[in-house]
Amino acid sequence: MTTFRNSFPLKSYFFGLIALLYLPIVVLFLFSINSNTFLSFPLQGFTFDWYQKLFASEALLRSARNSLVVALGSSLTATLMGTMVALLMMRYQFRSKGLLVAMAVLPLIVPYIVLAVALFLLFSVLNIDRSLLTVGIAHTVVALPYVLLIVGARLAGFDASVEEAAMDLGADYPTTLRRIVLPMIAPAMVSAWLTAFTVSFDEFALALFLAGTQPTFPVYLYGQLRFANRLPIMIALAVLMMIGTLTLVLIAERVRRVE
Amino acid sequence: MDRRATFWMLYLPPLLWLGAFFLIPLLLMFAFSFRPDMRGDFFQLWQPALNQYEKLFSTGSYWRLLWTSAQMALLISISAVVLSFPIAYFLGFHGKQRVGFYLVLLLVPFWTSYLLRVMAWKIMLGTEGVINSFLMYANLTHEPLTALLYNRNAVVLTLVYVWIPFATLPILAALQRIDVSLFEAAADLGARPLHQFLRITVPLSLPGVLAAFFMVFIPTVGEYVTPLLVGGSRGSMYGNIIQDFFTKAANWPFGSAMSMVMLMGTLILVLIATRLINLKDLLE
Repeated sequence: MTTFRNSFPLKSYFFGLIALLYLPIVVLFLFSINSNTFLSFPLQGFTFDWYQKLFASEALLRSARNSLVVALGSSLTATLMGTMVALLMMRYQFRSKGLLVAMAVLPLIVPYIVLAVALFLLFSVLNIDRSLLTVGIAHTVVALPYVLLIVGARLAGFDASVEEAAMDLGADYPTTLRRIVLPMIAPAMVSAWLTAFTVSFDEFALALFLAGTQPTFPVYLYGQLRFANRLPIMIALAVLMMIGTLTLVLIAERVRRVE
Repeated sequence: MDRRATFWMLYLPPLLWLGAFFLIPLLLMFAFSFRPDMRGDFFQLWQPALNQYEKLFSTGSYWRLLWTSAQMALLISISAVVLSFPIAYFLGFHGKQRVGFYLVLLLVPFWTSYLLRVMAWKIMLGTEGVINSFLMYANLTHEPLTALLYNRNAVVLTLVYVWIPFATLPILAALQRIDVSLFEAAADLGARPLHQFLRITVPLSLPGVLAAFFMVFIPTVGEYVTPLLVGGSRGSMYGNIIQDFFTKAANWPFGSAMSMVMLMGTLILVLIATRLINLKDLLE
Protein backbone atom coordinates (compact mmCIF):
# COMPACT_ATOMS: atom_id res chain seq x y z
CA MET A 1 0.00 0.00 0.00
CA THR A 2 2.77 2.46 0.73
CA THR A 3 5.19 3.85 -1.72
CA PHE A 4 8.36 2.81 0.01
CA ARG A 5 7.95 -0.73 1.28
CA ASN A 6 11.22 -0.88 3.10
CA SER A 7 10.53 1.02 6.30
CA PHE A 8 13.99 0.57 7.81
CA PRO A 9 15.58 3.88 6.72
CA LEU A 10 12.49 5.81 7.82
CA LYS A 11 12.36 3.96 11.09
CA SER A 12 16.02 4.63 11.88
CA TYR A 13 15.56 8.27 10.93
CA PHE A 14 12.58 8.49 13.27
CA PHE A 15 14.38 6.93 16.20
CA GLY A 16 17.57 8.90 15.51
CA LEU A 17 15.59 12.10 15.69
CA ILE A 18 13.77 10.96 18.81
CA ALA A 19 17.17 10.34 20.42
CA LEU A 20 18.28 13.87 19.47
CA LEU A 21 15.08 15.35 20.87
CA TYR A 22 15.60 13.61 24.19
CA LEU A 23 19.34 14.22 24.40
CA PRO A 24 19.25 17.68 26.04
CA ILE A 25 16.63 16.47 28.51
CA VAL A 26 18.73 13.44 29.46
CA VAL A 27 21.81 15.65 29.78
CA LEU A 28 19.91 18.00 32.10
CA PHE A 29 18.86 15.08 34.23
CA LEU A 30 22.40 13.65 34.40
CA PHE A 31 23.89 16.94 35.54
CA SER A 32 21.17 17.41 38.13
CA ILE A 33 22.52 14.37 40.01
CA ASN A 34 26.21 15.01 39.29
CA SER A 35 28.24 16.29 42.24
CA ASN A 36 30.42 18.77 40.32
CA THR A 37 29.31 22.41 40.18
CA PHE A 38 30.62 22.75 36.64
CA LEU A 39 28.64 21.19 33.89
CA SER A 40 31.46 19.27 32.31
CA PHE A 41 32.47 15.75 31.52
CA PRO A 42 33.54 13.42 33.03
CA LEU A 43 30.64 13.11 35.47
CA GLN A 44 31.98 13.24 39.00
CA GLY A 45 29.67 11.26 41.19
CA PHE A 46 26.12 10.83 42.25
CA THR A 47 24.40 13.32 44.54
CA PHE A 48 20.97 14.55 45.57
CA ASP A 49 22.48 17.73 47.03
CA TRP A 50 21.12 20.00 44.32
CA TYR A 51 17.61 18.83 44.96
CA GLN A 52 18.05 19.41 48.70
CA LYS A 53 19.47 22.93 48.18
CA LEU A 54 16.55 23.61 45.91
CA PHE A 55 14.05 23.15 48.69
CA ALA A 56 16.12 25.28 51.04
CA SER A 57 15.98 28.35 48.82
CA GLU A 58 13.45 30.86 50.09
CA ALA A 59 13.31 33.01 46.93
CA LEU A 60 12.89 29.98 44.75
CA LEU A 61 9.99 28.59 46.72
CA ARG A 62 8.35 31.99 46.69
CA SER A 63 8.61 32.16 42.90
CA ALA A 64 7.15 28.66 42.69
CA ARG A 65 4.23 29.77 44.84
CA ASN A 66 3.82 32.88 42.63
CA SER A 67 3.60 30.72 39.53
CA LEU A 68 1.09 28.41 41.16
CA VAL A 69 -1.15 31.33 42.16
CA VAL A 70 -0.95 32.89 38.70
CA ALA A 71 -1.53 29.58 36.91
CA LEU A 72 -4.50 28.65 39.11
CA GLY A 73 -6.17 32.05 38.82
CA SER A 74 -5.60 32.52 35.12
CA SER A 75 -6.49 28.95 34.12
CA LEU A 76 -9.78 29.04 36.03
CA THR A 77 -10.71 32.43 34.55
CA ALA A 78 -9.68 31.33 31.06
CA THR A 79 -11.67 28.10 31.35
CA LEU A 80 -14.78 29.99 32.43
CA MET A 81 -14.53 32.69 29.75
CA GLY A 82 -13.40 30.29 27.03
CA THR A 83 -16.34 27.98 27.72
CA MET A 84 -18.71 30.97 27.52
CA VAL A 85 -17.31 31.94 24.13
CA ALA A 86 -17.46 28.30 22.97
CA LEU A 87 -21.16 28.08 23.92
CA LEU A 88 -21.91 31.34 22.12
CA MET A 89 -19.93 30.22 19.09
CA MET A 90 -21.65 26.85 18.73
CA ARG A 91 -25.17 27.54 19.97
CA TYR A 92 -26.05 31.16 19.24
CA GLN A 93 -26.35 33.41 16.22
CA PHE A 94 -25.72 37.09 16.80
CA ARG A 95 -24.29 40.04 14.95
CA SER A 96 -21.05 40.62 16.84
CA LYS A 97 -20.18 36.90 16.84
CA GLY A 98 -17.35 37.37 14.35
CA LEU A 99 -15.74 40.06 16.49
CA LEU A 100 -16.00 38.06 19.71
CA VAL A 101 -14.62 34.85 18.20
CA ALA A 102 -11.84 36.79 16.47
CA MET A 103 -10.84 38.44 19.75
CA ALA A 104 -10.84 35.05 21.46
CA VAL A 105 -8.72 33.30 18.79
CA LEU A 106 -6.30 36.06 17.80
CA PRO A 107 -4.13 35.85 20.96
CA LEU A 108 -2.91 32.58 19.45
CA ILE A 109 -1.51 34.49 16.49
CA VAL A 110 -0.42 37.87 17.83
CA PRO A 111 3.28 37.61 18.76
CA TYR A 112 3.80 37.50 22.52
CA ILE A 113 6.18 40.44 22.39
CA VAL A 114 3.45 42.58 20.80
CA LEU A 115 0.87 41.57 23.39
CA ALA A 116 3.42 42.09 26.19
CA VAL A 117 4.18 45.60 24.97
CA ALA A 118 0.49 46.47 24.54
CA LEU A 119 -0.42 45.29 28.06
CA PHE A 120 2.66 47.00 29.46
CA LEU A 121 1.38 50.28 27.97
CA LEU A 122 -2.14 49.71 29.30
CA PHE A 123 -0.99 49.07 32.84
CA SER A 124 1.40 52.03 32.71
CA VAL A 125 -1.32 54.38 31.50
CA LEU A 126 -3.73 53.15 34.17
CA ASN A 127 -0.97 53.46 36.76
CA ILE A 128 -1.37 49.83 37.79
CA ASP A 129 1.79 48.39 39.30
CA ARG A 130 3.05 45.33 37.56
CA SER A 131 2.45 42.29 39.74
CA LEU A 132 1.18 38.74 39.74
CA LEU A 133 -2.25 40.13 38.87
CA THR A 134 -1.00 41.71 35.64
CA VAL A 135 0.80 38.49 34.66
CA GLY A 136 -2.37 36.53 35.43
CA ILE A 137 -4.48 38.82 33.25
CA ALA A 138 -2.07 38.35 30.33
CA HIS A 139 -2.07 34.57 30.81
CA THR A 140 -5.87 34.48 30.82
CA VAL A 141 -5.86 36.16 27.41
CA VAL A 142 -3.34 33.75 25.85
CA ALA A 143 -4.87 30.62 27.40
CA LEU A 144 -8.40 31.46 26.26
CA PRO A 145 -7.98 30.29 22.63
CA TYR A 146 -6.89 26.83 23.80
CA VAL A 147 -10.00 26.53 25.98
CA LEU A 148 -12.19 27.73 23.13
CA LEU A 149 -10.75 25.16 20.73
CA ILE A 150 -10.94 22.23 23.15
CA VAL A 151 -14.43 22.94 24.51
CA GLY A 152 -15.70 24.08 21.10
CA ALA A 153 -14.60 20.79 19.53
CA ARG A 154 -16.52 18.89 22.21
CA LEU A 155 -19.64 20.98 21.67
CA ALA A 156 -19.42 20.39 17.93
CA GLY A 157 -19.19 16.68 18.64
CA PHE A 158 -22.62 16.26 20.16
CA ASP A 159 -26.02 16.94 18.77
CA ALA A 160 -27.89 20.10 19.77
CA SER A 161 -31.11 18.09 19.50
CA VAL A 162 -30.44 16.69 22.98
CA GLU A 163 -30.81 20.22 24.30
CA GLU A 164 -33.93 20.80 22.25
CA ALA A 165 -35.41 17.61 23.68
CA ALA A 166 -34.75 18.85 27.22
CA MET A 167 -36.40 22.18 26.44
CA ASP A 168 -39.39 20.43 24.82
CA LEU A 169 -39.81 18.50 28.03
CA GLY A 170 -40.15 21.75 29.92
CA ALA A 171 -36.64 22.61 31.11
CA ASP A 172 -35.75 26.29 30.78
CA TYR A 173 -32.47 27.16 29.08
CA PRO A 174 -30.30 27.67 32.20
CA THR A 175 -31.48 24.31 33.54
CA THR A 176 -30.70 22.68 30.20
CA LEU A 177 -27.22 24.21 30.31
CA ARG A 178 -26.62 22.99 33.84
CA ARG A 179 -28.18 19.54 33.56
CA ILE A 180 -27.47 18.57 29.95
CA VAL A 181 -24.72 20.65 28.39
CA LEU A 182 -22.33 21.07 31.32
CA PRO A 183 -22.08 17.36 32.16
CA MET A 184 -21.39 16.62 28.50
CA ILE A 185 -18.61 19.17 28.12
CA ALA A 186 -17.16 18.64 31.61
CA PRO A 187 -14.29 16.36 30.47
CA ALA A 188 -13.33 18.88 27.80
CA MET A 189 -13.42 21.66 30.38
CA VAL A 190 -11.11 19.73 32.71
CA SER A 191 -8.73 19.06 29.83
CA ALA A 192 -8.89 22.72 28.80
CA TRP A 193 -8.26 23.84 32.36
CA LEU A 194 -5.15 21.65 32.66
CA THR A 195 -3.90 22.92 29.31
CA ALA A 196 -4.47 26.53 30.40
CA PHE A 197 -2.66 25.77 33.64
CA THR A 198 0.47 24.49 31.87
CA VAL A 199 0.37 27.35 29.36
CA SER A 200 0.51 29.79 32.25
CA PHE A 201 2.94 27.86 34.43
CA ASP A 202 5.57 27.67 31.68
CA GLU A 203 5.02 31.10 30.21
CA PHE A 204 8.05 33.37 30.16
CA ALA A 205 7.81 35.98 27.39
CA LEU A 206 4.81 37.83 28.86
CA ALA A 207 5.80 37.28 32.48
CA LEU A 208 9.23 38.86 31.98
CA PHE A 209 7.53 42.08 30.86
CA LEU A 210 4.67 42.11 33.34
CA ALA A 211 5.90 40.49 36.56
CA GLY A 212 7.47 43.58 38.12
CA THR A 213 9.07 42.74 41.44
CA GLN A 214 7.27 39.42 41.92
CA PRO A 215 9.00 36.93 39.63
CA THR A 216 7.18 33.82 38.51
CA PHE A 217 9.06 30.54 38.33
CA PRO A 218 10.40 30.89 34.76
CA VAL A 219 11.36 34.54 35.31
CA TYR A 220 13.24 33.62 38.49
CA LEU A 221 14.96 30.77 36.69
CA TYR A 222 16.03 33.11 33.91
CA GLY A 223 17.45 35.57 36.44
CA GLN A 224 19.48 32.83 38.11
CA LEU A 225 21.12 31.65 34.88
CA ARG A 226 23.80 34.34 35.32
CA PHE A 227 25.21 32.66 38.42
CA ALA A 228 27.36 29.73 37.34
CA ASN A 229 27.56 28.18 40.79
CA ARG A 230 23.77 28.06 41.06
CA LEU A 231 23.39 26.32 37.71
CA PRO A 232 23.15 22.72 38.99
CA ILE A 233 20.36 23.77 41.37
CA MET A 234 18.54 25.41 38.50
CA ILE A 235 18.95 22.27 36.44
CA ALA A 236 17.51 20.17 39.25
CA LEU A 237 14.64 22.63 39.29
CA ALA A 238 14.26 22.34 35.54
CA VAL A 239 14.02 18.55 35.81
CA LEU A 240 11.31 18.79 38.47
CA MET A 241 9.38 21.34 36.42
CA MET A 242 9.56 19.18 33.32
CA ILE A 243 8.22 16.20 35.24
CA GLY A 244 5.47 18.36 36.74
CA THR A 245 4.18 19.93 33.54
CA LEU A 246 4.53 16.66 31.66
CA THR A 247 2.36 14.89 34.21
CA LEU A 248 -0.30 17.56 33.83
CA VAL A 249 -0.23 17.42 30.04
CA LEU A 250 -0.48 13.63 30.01
CA ILE A 251 -3.45 13.78 32.39
CA ALA A 252 -5.07 16.43 30.18
CA GLU A 253 -4.61 14.19 27.11
CA ARG A 254 -6.05 11.22 28.99
CA VAL A 255 -9.08 13.16 30.13
CA ARG A 256 -9.66 14.44 26.60
CA ARG A 257 -9.49 10.95 25.08
CA VAL A 258 -11.80 9.33 27.64
CA GLU A 259 -15.03 10.14 25.94
CA MET B 1 -34.81 33.18 32.77
CA ASP B 2 -34.82 32.48 29.08
CA ARG B 3 -32.30 31.95 26.36
CA ARG B 4 -32.01 35.69 25.78
CA ALA B 5 -31.01 36.48 29.37
CA THR B 6 -28.56 33.59 29.36
CA PHE B 7 -27.05 35.07 26.21
CA TRP B 8 -26.11 38.27 28.00
CA MET B 9 -24.66 36.34 30.92
CA LEU B 10 -22.48 34.37 28.55
CA TYR B 11 -21.70 37.30 26.31
CA LEU B 12 -20.75 40.21 28.54
CA PRO B 13 -17.92 38.79 30.70
CA PRO B 14 -15.70 37.53 27.86
CA LEU B 15 -16.51 40.55 25.70
CA LEU B 16 -15.50 42.97 28.46
CA TRP B 17 -12.44 40.93 29.45
CA LEU B 18 -11.08 40.55 25.93
CA GLY B 19 -12.01 44.12 25.11
CA ALA B 20 -10.19 45.49 28.13
CA PHE B 21 -7.14 43.24 28.04
CA PHE B 22 -6.70 42.42 24.38
CA LEU B 23 -8.38 44.90 22.04
CA ILE B 24 -7.88 48.13 23.99
CA PRO B 25 -4.18 47.47 24.73
CA LEU B 26 -3.54 46.91 21.02
CA LEU B 27 -5.46 50.08 20.14
CA LEU B 28 -3.50 51.95 22.80
CA MET B 29 -0.27 50.70 21.26
CA PHE B 30 -1.55 51.86 17.88
CA ALA B 31 -2.26 55.31 19.33
CA PHE B 32 1.09 55.42 21.08
CA SER B 33 2.93 54.77 17.84
CA PHE B 34 1.66 58.16 16.63
CA ARG B 35 2.96 59.98 19.67
CA PRO B 36 5.80 62.34 18.72
CA ASP B 37 7.88 61.78 21.87
CA MET B 38 7.87 60.62 25.49
CA ARG B 39 7.34 64.11 26.93
CA GLY B 40 4.23 64.94 28.92
CA ASP B 41 1.74 63.04 30.98
CA PHE B 42 0.14 59.80 29.82
CA PHE B 43 -3.31 61.29 29.79
CA GLN B 44 -2.25 64.44 28.05
CA LEU B 45 -3.51 64.18 24.51
CA TRP B 46 -0.94 64.40 21.82
CA GLN B 47 -0.98 65.70 18.29
CA PRO B 48 -0.74 62.56 16.14
CA ALA B 49 2.56 62.54 14.32
CA LEU B 50 4.15 60.19 11.88
CA ASN B 51 7.73 60.83 12.97
CA GLN B 52 8.18 57.40 14.64
CA TYR B 53 7.23 55.64 11.43
CA GLU B 54 9.36 58.04 9.40
CA LYS B 55 12.35 57.20 11.56
CA LEU B 56 11.57 53.50 11.35
CA PHE B 57 11.16 53.49 7.58
CA SER B 58 14.19 55.67 6.91
CA THR B 59 16.63 53.84 9.17
CA GLY B 60 18.12 50.98 7.25
CA SER B 61 19.27 48.98 10.25
CA TYR B 62 15.72 48.29 11.49
CA TRP B 63 14.64 47.07 8.09
CA ARG B 64 17.72 44.93 7.79
CA LEU B 65 17.01 43.37 11.17
CA LEU B 66 13.38 42.71 10.23
CA TRP B 67 14.57 41.18 6.96
CA THR B 68 17.19 39.10 8.79
CA SER B 69 14.55 37.91 11.28
CA ALA B 70 12.26 36.95 8.39
CA GLN B 71 15.13 35.10 6.68
CA MET B 72 15.95 33.26 9.91
CA ALA B 73 12.29 32.35 10.34
CA LEU B 74 12.21 31.14 6.73
CA LEU B 75 15.29 28.98 7.23
CA ILE B 76 13.91 27.63 10.51
CA SER B 77 10.48 26.80 9.17
CA ILE B 78 11.76 25.20 5.96
CA SER B 79 14.26 23.11 7.93
CA ALA B 80 11.60 22.08 10.43
CA VAL B 81 9.20 21.07 7.64
CA VAL B 82 11.84 19.16 5.66
CA LEU B 83 13.06 17.33 8.77
CA SER B 84 9.58 16.47 9.98
CA PHE B 85 8.16 15.28 6.65
CA PRO B 86 9.88 11.85 6.86
CA ILE B 87 8.67 11.54 10.46
CA ALA B 88 5.09 12.23 9.43
CA TYR B 89 5.51 9.82 6.53
CA PHE B 90 6.82 7.12 8.83
CA LEU B 91 4.00 7.65 11.34
CA GLY B 92 1.35 7.84 8.65
CA PHE B 93 2.33 4.85 6.53
CA HIS B 94 4.61 2.66 8.65
CA GLY B 95 3.44 3.39 12.20
CA LYS B 96 0.77 0.68 12.02
CA GLN B 97 -0.92 0.00 15.36
CA ARG B 98 1.87 1.68 17.34
CA VAL B 99 1.36 5.10 15.79
CA GLY B 100 -0.27 6.44 18.96
CA PHE B 101 2.70 5.45 21.08
CA TYR B 102 5.20 6.86 18.56
CA LEU B 103 3.29 10.10 18.47
CA VAL B 104 3.39 10.49 22.26
CA LEU B 105 7.11 9.69 22.16
CA LEU B 106 7.59 12.51 19.66
CA LEU B 107 5.40 15.01 21.48
CA VAL B 108 6.69 14.54 25.03
CA PRO B 109 9.71 16.85 24.50
CA PHE B 110 7.37 19.38 22.92
CA TRP B 111 5.10 19.30 25.96
CA THR B 112 7.88 20.15 28.40
CA SER B 113 8.52 23.79 29.08
CA TYR B 114 9.70 25.84 26.13
CA LEU B 115 12.04 27.94 28.28
CA LEU B 116 13.62 24.83 29.77
CA ARG B 117 14.28 23.23 26.39
CA VAL B 118 15.91 26.44 25.17
CA MET B 119 17.88 26.60 28.42
CA ALA B 120 18.99 23.01 27.88
CA TRP B 121 20.51 24.05 24.56
CA LYS B 122 22.26 26.99 26.18
CA ILE B 123 23.87 24.57 28.60
CA MET B 124 24.73 22.18 25.79
CA LEU B 125 26.31 24.77 23.49
CA GLY B 126 28.24 27.05 25.89
CA THR B 127 32.04 27.44 25.96
CA GLU B 128 32.10 25.49 29.20
CA GLY B 129 29.05 23.63 28.08
CA VAL B 130 28.31 19.99 27.65
CA ILE B 131 29.28 19.58 24.00
CA ASN B 132 32.61 21.35 24.45
CA SER B 133 33.53 19.53 27.61
CA PHE B 134 32.60 16.26 25.99
CA LEU B 135 34.71 17.00 22.92
CA MET B 136 37.68 17.93 25.11
CA TYR B 137 37.17 14.92 27.37
CA ALA B 138 37.10 12.66 24.33
CA ASN B 139 40.26 14.41 23.07
CA LEU B 140 38.59 15.47 19.88
CA THR B 141 39.53 19.08 20.43
CA HIS B 142 41.85 20.94 22.80
CA GLU B 143 40.35 24.39 22.69
CA PRO B 144 36.65 24.90 23.45
CA LEU B 145 34.65 25.84 20.37
CA THR B 146 33.31 29.34 20.93
CA ALA B 147 31.32 29.42 17.72
CA LEU B 148 28.55 27.25 19.15
CA LEU B 149 26.69 29.75 21.32
CA TYR B 150 25.64 33.40 21.02
CA ASN B 151 25.10 33.71 17.31
CA ARG B 152 22.34 33.30 14.77
CA ASN B 153 23.19 29.66 14.07
CA ALA B 154 22.55 28.78 17.70
CA VAL B 155 19.13 30.46 17.47
CA VAL B 156 18.29 28.61 14.25
CA LEU B 157 19.43 25.25 15.62
CA THR B 158 17.51 25.66 18.88
CA LEU B 159 14.30 26.77 17.20
CA VAL B 160 14.37 23.99 14.60
CA TYR B 161 14.77 21.56 17.49
CA VAL B 162 11.86 23.14 19.34
CA TRP B 163 9.52 23.11 16.31
CA ILE B 164 10.08 19.67 14.75
CA PRO B 165 7.41 17.80 16.76
CA PHE B 166 4.94 20.63 16.18
CA ALA B 167 5.55 20.74 12.42
CA THR B 168 4.97 16.99 12.16
CA LEU B 169 1.32 17.20 13.25
CA PRO B 170 -0.32 19.01 10.30
CA ILE B 171 1.73 16.99 7.78
CA LEU B 172 0.65 13.77 9.47
CA ALA B 173 -2.97 14.95 9.43
CA ALA B 174 -2.74 15.54 5.67
CA LEU B 175 -1.05 12.18 4.98
CA GLN B 176 -3.64 10.29 7.01
CA ARG B 177 -6.38 11.75 4.84
CA ILE B 178 -4.94 10.26 1.66
CA ASP B 179 -7.15 7.50 0.34
CA VAL B 180 -4.97 4.37 0.19
CA SER B 181 -6.86 3.01 -2.80
CA LEU B 182 -5.28 5.79 -4.86
CA PHE B 183 -1.94 3.98 -4.53
CA GLU B 184 -3.49 0.69 -5.60
CA ALA B 185 -5.13 2.34 -8.59
CA ALA B 186 -1.85 3.99 -9.55
CA ALA B 187 0.03 0.71 -9.19
CA ASP B 188 -2.57 -1.11 -11.30
CA LEU B 189 -2.07 1.49 -13.98
CA GLY B 190 1.65 0.88 -13.88
CA ALA B 191 2.99 3.79 -11.81
CA ARG B 192 6.27 3.04 -10.11
CA PRO B 193 6.68 3.81 -6.37
CA LEU B 194 8.63 7.01 -6.92
CA HIS B 195 6.11 8.15 -9.48
CA GLN B 196 3.30 7.41 -7.02
CA PHE B 197 5.08 9.39 -4.35
CA LEU B 198 5.58 12.41 -6.58
CA ARG B 199 2.12 12.35 -8.14
CA ILE B 200 -0.03 11.31 -5.15
CA THR B 201 1.72 11.75 -1.81
CA VAL B 202 3.40 15.07 -2.47
CA PRO B 203 0.43 16.98 -3.94
CA LEU B 204 -2.05 15.60 -1.42
CA SER B 205 0.21 16.37 1.55
CA LEU B 206 0.78 19.94 0.36
CA PRO B 207 -1.95 21.55 2.54
CA GLY B 208 -0.35 19.95 5.61
CA VAL B 209 3.12 21.02 4.55
CA LEU B 210 1.95 24.60 4.03
CA ALA B 211 0.10 24.61 7.36
CA ALA B 212 3.24 23.34 9.11
CA PHE B 213 5.31 26.02 7.40
CA PHE B 214 3.04 28.85 8.53
CA MET B 215 2.53 27.41 12.01
CA VAL B 216 6.29 27.61 12.51
CA PHE B 217 7.03 30.74 10.50
CA ILE B 218 4.49 33.06 12.14
CA PRO B 219 5.52 32.62 15.79
CA THR B 220 9.22 32.50 14.85
CA VAL B 221 9.30 35.96 13.26
CA GLY B 222 8.06 37.40 16.54
CA GLU B 223 10.43 35.35 18.67
CA TYR B 224 12.46 37.15 21.35
CA VAL B 225 13.09 34.63 24.12
CA THR B 226 15.34 32.19 22.26
CA PRO B 227 17.60 34.94 20.89
CA LEU B 228 17.77 36.35 24.41
CA LEU B 229 19.01 33.02 25.80
CA VAL B 230 21.19 31.50 23.09
CA GLY B 231 21.58 34.31 20.55
CA GLY B 232 23.41 36.96 22.55
CA SER B 233 23.90 40.37 20.95
CA ARG B 234 24.96 38.86 17.62
CA GLY B 235 21.87 36.68 17.45
CA SER B 236 19.27 39.38 18.17
CA MET B 237 16.04 39.38 16.28
CA TYR B 238 13.50 42.13 15.63
CA GLY B 239 11.56 41.24 18.79
CA ASN B 240 14.62 41.84 20.96
CA ILE B 241 14.92 45.42 19.71
CA ILE B 242 11.26 46.04 20.55
CA GLN B 243 11.97 44.77 24.04
CA ASP B 244 14.99 47.10 24.30
CA PHE B 245 12.92 50.16 23.42
CA PHE B 246 10.59 49.41 26.33
CA THR B 247 13.24 48.48 28.88
CA LYS B 248 16.72 49.87 28.29
CA ALA B 249 16.02 52.72 25.87
CA ALA B 250 12.59 53.72 27.24
CA ASN B 251 11.35 55.07 23.90
CA TRP B 252 7.83 53.70 24.02
CA PRO B 253 6.38 55.51 20.99
CA PHE B 254 9.13 54.15 18.75
CA GLY B 255 8.83 50.69 20.29
CA SER B 256 5.07 50.86 19.64
CA ALA B 257 5.66 51.74 16.00
CA MET B 258 8.05 48.78 15.63
CA SER B 259 5.52 46.58 17.35
CA MET B 260 2.75 47.75 15.00
CA VAL B 261 4.88 46.86 11.98
CA MET B 262 5.36 43.36 13.41
CA LEU B 263 1.65 42.98 14.19
CA MET B 264 0.64 44.06 10.68
CA GLY B 265 3.21 41.75 9.12
CA THR B 266 1.91 38.83 11.18
CA LEU B 267 -1.72 39.53 10.30
CA ILE B 268 -0.87 39.75 6.59
CA LEU B 269 0.92 36.40 6.85
CA VAL B 270 -2.10 34.85 8.56
CA LEU B 271 -4.38 36.19 5.81
CA ILE B 272 -2.12 34.68 3.14
CA ALA B 273 -2.02 31.39 5.05
CA THR B 274 -5.79 31.15 5.41
CA ARG B 275 -6.14 31.91 1.68
CA LEU B 276 -3.80 29.07 0.77
CA ILE B 277 -4.98 26.48 3.25
CA ASN B 278 -8.44 25.29 4.10
CA LEU B 279 -8.02 24.64 7.83
CA LYS B 280 -11.19 22.57 8.00
CA ASP B 281 -9.59 20.04 5.66
CA LEU B 282 -6.91 19.34 8.23
CA LEU B 283 -8.97 19.42 11.38
CA GLU B 284 -11.57 16.83 10.40
